[in-house]
Amino acid sequence: MSTTAYLIGLGAPCAAALLGAVLPGRRRLLGAALLSALGCLAALVGAGEVLVSGHPFVLHTAAVLPLTGVDLSLDPLGALFVATTAVVGLAASCYSVGYGSHATPSRTTTAMLPAFLATLLLVPAAASVATFLVAWELMALTSLLALLSEHRRRPETRDAAQWYAAMTHIGAAAILLGLVLLATHAGSQSFAAIAAHHRRLSTPLTSVVFVLTLLGFASKAGAVPLHVWLPRAHPEAPSPVSALMSGAMVNLGIYGILRVGEDLLGGGELWWWLLVATLGVASAFFGALHAAASTDAKRLLAYSTVDNVGLVLIGVGAAGALAVGGERVLAGLVLLAALFHLVNHALFKGGLFLGAGALQHATGTRDLDRLGGLARKMPATAVFFGIGALSISAVPGLNGFASEWLLLEGLLHGFASHSAVTEAALLAGVAALAITGGLTATAFVKALGVGFLGQPRTEGARAAREVGPSMLAGMAILAVGCVVLGVVPGVMLPVLDRAASAGLAGGAPHALRPGLGLDLASLRGAIQPGLLVVGLLAALVVAWGALRLAPRSAELRLPRRAEAWGCGRELQTARMEITATSFAEPLQRVFADVLRPDHDLEVTHAAESRYFPEAISFHQRVDDAIERVVYRPVITAVAWWGRLARRVPNGSVHRYLAFGFAALVLVLVVLA
Amino acid sequence: MTATLAAAGPGLWARIGASVLQVAAVAVGGPLLLGLMAKVRARTEGRVGPPITQGLFDLRKLVRKEAIRAEHTSAVAAMAPLVLVASAAVAAAVTPLVTTRPAVTGGADVFVVVYLLLMGSVALALGGLDAGTAFGGMGSSRAMTIGAISEPALLVGILALAVQAHTSNLPGIVTASLAHPGWLASPQRLLALAALVVVVIAETGRIPIDNPSTHLELTMIHEAMILEQAGPDLALVTMGEAMRLGLLLGLVANLFFPWGVDGSGGGLAVLIGLVVLGAKATALAALIALVEVSTAKLRLFRVPELLAGGFVLAVVAVTTGLVTR
Repeated sequence: MSTTAYLIGLGAPCAAALLGAVLPGRRRLLGAALLSALGCLAALVGAGEVLVSGHPFVLHTAAVLPLTGVDLSLDPLGALFVATTAVVGLAASCYSVGYGSHATPSRTTTAMLPAFLATLLLVPAAASVATFLVAWELMALTSLLALLSEHRRRPETRDAAQWYAAMTHIGAAAILLGLVLLATHAGSQSFAAIAAHHRRLSTPLTSVVFVLTLLGFASKAGAVPLHVWLPRAHPEAPSPVSALMSGAMVNLGIYGILRVGEDLLGGGELWWWLLVATLGVASAFFGALHAAASTDAKRLLAYSTVDNVGLVLIGVGAAGALAVGGERVLAGLVLLAALFHLVNHALFKGGLFLGAGALQHATGTRDLDRLGGLARKMPATAVFFGIGALSISAVPGLNGFASEWLLLEGLLHGFASHSAVTEAALLAGVAALAITGGLTATAFVKALGVGFLGQPRTEGARAAREVGPSMLAGMAILAVGCVVLGVVPGVMLPVLDRAASAGLAGGAPHALRPGLGLDLASLRGAIQPGLLVVGLLAALVVAWGALRLAPRSAELRLPRRAEAWGCGRELQTARMEITATSFAEPLQRVFADVLRPDHDLEVTHAAESRYFPEAISFHQRVDDAIERVVYRPVITAVAWWGRLARRVPNGSVHRYLAFGFAALVLVLVVLA
Repeated sequence: MTATLAAAGPGLWARIGASVLQVAAVAVGGPLLLGLMAKVRARTEGRVGPPITQGLFDLRKLVRKEAIRAEHTSAVAAMAPLVLVASAAVAAAVTPLVTTRPAVTGGADVFVVVYLLLMGSVALALGGLDAGTAFGGMGSSRAMTIGAISEPALLVGILALAVQAHTSNLPGIVTASLAHPGWLASPQRLLALAALVVVVIAETGRIPIDNPSTHLELTMIHEAMILEQAGPDLALVTMGEAMRLGLLLGLVANLFFPWGVDGSGGGLAVLIGLVVLGAKATALAALIALVEVSTAKLRLFRVPELLAGGFVLAVVAVTTGLVTR
């Protein structure tokens, strides 16, 4: 049953991709979306059954791939990722119908979204090195093509695609090297066989394999310092694709780390996991800071993805380190929290990217400085975006709070582990969590407040209209998920428990007591978000009722509208409003050492006197400091090398013949 | 632990009653504490000052006024004051202020209180941006910046206590501290106390971080954010802010000086708890007022240094706790 449902889930998006490439006009959009949505539902059913029953399925076919055949197997860990992808994919598929309504997208564009979705559903089920590598590469290719969808309209897309292609292929090469090395020494390329024999492998070898694969998986997950492609690619991709990239693809980087580190290599060394946690701390801090400073809505969301991936990596690293130290209960708890946060992140970030796409669709820009006042023009989008923004800011009663609380508890109880190094890592993790909490809230108050509240700052924002029902439905699916998992997080526990147990070498005992809230049982600590929500609603009603009952005359009860205070000036214009840039300015100044903003101030003086400026122009850019410091020199060096190498083939046939002869001699010498 | 706390002792209704009492105590006590601080300031400056109950009178006056909202505001402006008060009320209901057995013992987590306070701050900041004026946005921006830097100090400072008590459950921390009086003089406690005092001053917008009585454009933080609130809305915001002050002072008082908090749930013990809480909060408020009189407000961009100092203190507190264990 679960096998059939999962295979339908794989097949339907593939068929959707075909339909999208064949059908004419608007019909291809509808057909592709419908089929992919159907596929997502089927995949959800298949993965759900594996998660609920705990029984993995295994499938081998000699067809499709020559020499090795295809091995598929879905255990609870993989099933959790498939289910998450399926939910985000369902929303993105619904959304894509309305998103393409402006101008019907090309055949390639229509075909690439379902194709990308199919590969995302395939990767967590790959059960052999060959299958995994092929699926991984297919995912890289389809996502690259999907990213390039709008390259005709925006030249920046090409630049983003170049960065993405380079980073993803360097990562894929590292993974290829690591896994092939592993398969050669383990004597088999099937994951099950490798996992069974990992004890025979020497520690230096497994360490090399882990570091190589970590390089690849961390670059896919967008961990600092391998994150540079993310704030370029996510904003430039069409919004359904951004939602899938941020809500599903980066997750697979985490999946890879767990699959290789815990499942195939059996947990390994302490320093592996400390390395993972360090990457997490750096990503969380750097991502949250840049998100707080960004003014482009989708760039902000992309950096916030780096931040949240960091939080998940902190959890994964802490879990791995605790497991190496023999603290199985605590390790299971922290990993469960990390996986819960990953699922929640997929829900709210997927929804936020769809919301940002709706903004762009309605106003033609995603620059927050040019938006404003959209809550009145697009109330439904504002509500869905608001739910996502409040979830990610960890407001109690929404899902982000539930998983951040669980992560905090996991780290807190980890202090009982009595290993000084692990404790230092835990402290760094808690500090990172604490710092990012406030920064994230600032970033999303900015996005929500500057984008949706106040007055419209441009004509585009003034003319905005609510997006169509299919786009709203896509956002609604994810927003409902955020609310449900926020109010009754306990419903996810059995599923997460299985996944966390499968994700930890040797399994993990249950740490949480089943129920609607989260209860750590013997570890002492619990929250009941459902009761909190009831309490909040009751307090709201009481406060509202108390105001209504206050002794006032009847005509004073209805709020009167009046001009806002403008220091005595009569006219309030949108130019007086605070912009996203100014909103972020104080934080940017506080963290100037990390952000290193570029300022450019030009004052043109009046001809008559230099005391009177005629025009002042101020430009500010907050570039990625890591990109500037680490990547630019490398790119310059490669370009220099390229120019140097270009001098060698100068068109002279004699020279080429000499090269050929020299090569032949060299080969003969080597062979002899 | 949580299960035994929930099972033994007073019944559900008694515990809900205790929670309601706590909310009422904070709702009435908060404005009184503000009045007290104003009084202490006035007396040290040689003035008579307004009566301590002035805050309550002001609330009564504001509630009776006409409700006015700025043009261009959305539902957020109407909701923000309500959410602020509601979040403070729920936080007061779950915190062991008067009794260690509030309505939801199992859910009375210290991180819940922190994030409920964050919820109120986010609501206020969004309310500040809603009218689309220069002042509101500037106030929101500054308030969120300071909040973003004080939050780490708050969370890590609390972590120092939670690590010591092996739980983040608030009644658990308070009962554990009562059982181990030696903890209260431990270095990690004292360092954490210093960190949390800085945070309390930042969160409640007092000197040297913010001046609640200024309306000067360059220096306002909180006041700029709520400039567009009037009448009943302003009453709610003032109330919410007073409740947060009362809650934070009560929380710090009970975390660091836990004596007098009722543990049995009996009627008389609850009353004693209420009186002791009042005394502790009064002492802390008077202390803050004295600090306010004797210091000057910091420049906005010097504030992060103070708060970062608080964060460092908190981290040192946790480390000390781990080293001296």
